[in-house]
Amino acid sequence: MEFLAETFRTAIALILSLDGEVVTAVATSISVALWSILFATLAGVPAGVAVGITEFPGKRLVITILNTLMALPTVVVGLAVYGIISRQGPLGELGILFTPKAMIIGQTVLAIPIVANFTLSTVKGADPRIIPTALTLGAGPFQSVLQLAKELRFGIMAAVIAGFGRVIAEVGVAMMLGGNIRGYTRTMTTAIAMETGKGEFALGLALGIILMAVALLVNLFLNILQQR
Amino acid sequence: MKILSRFLFAVTTFIMLCTVASAEDRLKMSTTTSTQDSGLLKVLLPPFENKANCKVDVVAVGTGQALKLGEAGDVDVVFVHARKLEDKFVADGFGVNRKDVMYNDFVVIGPKGDPAGIAKAKTAAEALKLIAAKQSSFISRGDKSGTHTKEQELWKSAGIEPKGSWYVEAGQGMGPVITMATERQAYTLADRGTYNAYKGQKTDLAILFQGEKGLFNPYGIIAVNPKKFPHVKHDLAMKLIDFVTGAEGQKIIADYKAHGEPVFFIYKK
Repeated sequence: MEFLAETFRTAIALILSLDGEVVTAVATSISVALWSILFATLAGVPAGVAVGITEFPGKRLVITILNTLMALPTVVVGLAVYGIISRQGPLGELGILFTPKAMIIGQTVLAIPIVANFTLSTVKGADPRIIPTALTLGAGPFQSVLQLAKELRFGIMAAVIAGFGRVIAEVGVAMMLGGNIRGYTRTMTTAIAMETGKGEFALGLALGIILMAVALLVNLFLNILQQR
Repeated sequence: MKILSRFLFAVTTFIMLCTVASAEDRLKMSTTTSTQDSGLLKVLLPPFENKANCKVDVVAVGTGQALKLGEAGDVDVVFVHARKLEDKFVADGFGVNRKDVMYNDFVVIGPKGDPAGIAKAKTAAEALKLIAAKQSSFISRGDKSGTHTKEQELWKSAGIEPKGSWYVEAGQGMGPVITMATERQAYTLADRGTYNAYKGQKTDLAILFQGEKGLFNPYGIIAVNPKKFPHVKHDLAMKLIDFVTGAEGQKIIADYKAHGEPVFFIYKK
C-alpha cells in the first residue's frame, strides 16, 4: 500500500509542476485525437446518414460490416496503415511514417466506423416523418437531410464523443505509426506504456490521471451543451 | 456560455495547430532501446539540435528493427550495437559511412542470492549453462535486438537451445525486460549502460557475471545510403555522425553518468 500511496503523491506533484514532457504528451494526444475525430466526423456522419435513410439491397450486410469494423483491433489498423505509408509502401513518397500525420490517419480509420455506426443508430431511431415533411414544405433533398441532422444533433454528438473516447485512449496506432518520439509523437498512452516498462510508475500514473481528467472534461462540456 | 464555448474553440484550435505546424528540419534516427533507456540521448542530442537547428526524431526499438527501418528507408540514420549485422547492412548497400561511437559491455544480472551460482563461472557460456541446468528463470529480450543477438550467440557457444517454462521471451526493450526480471527475480543479459541507469531504485538485481572478452558491446552509427534512398536527409545525417564522433559529442558520452557511474566508454584516439 505504501508503494501505491507514495506513487500517487509523486504523480500529483508531477501534474502540479506542469512537467514539460507531460504537457507535450498531453497536447499531442489531444491534438491528434481532435484532428482524427474531425476527419472521422466528416466521413462517418454522412456515411451513417446515407446508410440510415436509404434502402438498398445488401444494407444489412453493410451494417454488419460496420459493426464488425467497430471492433477493429488498433494494432491491425496500425499494421495496415504502416504497410501503406512506409517508404516501401504505395504512399511511401509522402514520408509521413513516425509523424503526427501518420497517427491522425490511423486514428481516423479507427474512429470512422464508430461515428458512422452511432450516427446510423440515431437516424434509425429518428421520426421517419422528418424528411417527407421537410420535402413537403418545399425544402430540397440536401436541405431536408440537413434538417434531419439538425434534429439529431445530440445523437451525432454522442457519436463524436464515442469516437473521441476511442482514439484518445488507444495505444496501438499511436505506438506503431507515431513511434513514441519524445516531444513529437509521444502521446499520453504511449508514454504510459513506456514509463511503466521503465519502472517509472509515478509518471505513468500522472499521465493516467490526466487522461481520465481530459475524458471527464470533454464529456462535461458536451453535457453542458446538451442541457442548453 | 457562449464565451466559454468560444474560449474552448480557440484553445482546441490552438492545440490542433501546434502539432501539425512545425517548420523545423527533422532528422529521423532509429536506435536501440539501450541508448534511450540509459538516458544518454537526452544529453547528447540537444546540443546538436541547437547547433544544426533541427530536431532529431528518435525511434527507439531493438537493433534488428532499427536496421530494418533503415533498409526500408524509413529513417535517415541508425545508431545500433550488433557489429555483424551492421557490417551486413553496409555490405548490402543500405548504409554508408559506418563509424564507431562508443562501447560498454554486457553483464548477466540476477537475484542477489544467485540461485544458479553463476558468480563462480569462468565464462559467460558457462554461466548460462548453470542457469539452464538449474532451470532458473531467465528473461530473454526475444526481440532481435543487439542484446538478443548477443544472448543467442552465447547460448550457441554454450551448446544449449534454451527452451521450457524457465526461459521467458519478453519481446520488449532493455528497460522493460530489467523491470520484468526484477519482478520475477529472474536472470537476464543486460547492457551495462541500461543496468546502471536502473540500479538501485528500479531494480534490486545484481551483476553476477561480467568481464569476459566475449561480452564486449560496441556501438556504431551509420547513415542510410542516399544513393539507394534519394529522399533521406544525408547531409544532416552526416552532420549528426560528425557531431557524435567529434570532440564535443565524445566528451558528452564520456562524461555521462548514471548513479555516479559511467555508462558508455569512448575509444582512445
